[in-house]
Amino acid sequence: MAETKAPVERPLSPHLFIYKPMLTMTMSIVHRVTGAGLYFGTLLMAWWLIAAASGPNSYAGIGSFMSSFFGRIILFGYTWALIHHMLGGIRHLIWDTGHGFGPQERERLAVATLIGSIAWTIIIWVVGYLFMGGPR
Amino acid sequence: MVAGRMSTPLARVLGLGSAKSGTEHFWRQRLTAVANVPLTVAFVVIVVGLLGRNHAAVVQILGSPLVAIIMLLFIASITTHMRIGMQVIIEDYVHDEVTKFFLLMANTFFAVAVALACAFAILMLSFKV
Repeated sequence: MAETKAPVERPLSPHLFIYKPMLTMTMSIVHRVTGAGLYFGTLLMAWWLIAAASGPNSYAGIGSFMSSFFGRIILFGYTWALIHHMLGGIRHLIWDTGHGFGPQERERLAVATLIGSIAWTIIIWVVGYLFMGGPR
Repeated sequence: MVAGRMSTPLARVLGLGSAKSGTEHFWRQRLTAVANVPLTVAFVVIVVGLLGRNHAAVVQILGSPLVAIIMLLFIASITTHMRIGMQVIIEDYVHDEVTKFFLLMANTFFAVAVALACAFAILMLSFKV
């Protein structure tokens, strides 16, 4: 009867990569990535607390690592990840109440999370350096 | 969580779904998420307040009752939250049953070990002072 048509090349299912990256989508991914980062970052907190409990020498050891350039980069990233995940989490809690899903609202929430996390990270570090003498 | 016509009345009324744990997982994640907000703010304040201080001062502050209690609550809440969160990540991306099984185990081991190590250190600091 009829000849079979050549199959049209189309995605089999709505695949992630056919979408243009949107802010809300990127923020969702960042929320997961920061969460995973914080997960392994708890090792730093454990190291810090164990060092404090172990005595002055151990504490000086982690102090010199944290105040090194590499250590400060890690701590700065950790600060941002912590604040970003917290603000992103608050966004999710707002969504849990059924609010904030409008096209403009969700965009605004995403922008607020991003700006808020960067601003708070900078504020925390400025306070750390100015008033507490910075990580020594 | 669809309890169709094929399920028994008991299964429908329990409404626990295929995971057999209902919304426990969801609820605990939200519960710890809410707790994490004030506790994280307190944690950041504590850490910034300890920057640049010598060991003796850090021991005294971390071991003081209020700070120690806040730190213990923070540790309990975040390690519970992160265990659930990482479980979701593993379940999303790891489809090989054996690998998934071991990763889920490792996830719990990690969370419990971190929680215990941190809590033990805090208690040591508290009772030494």
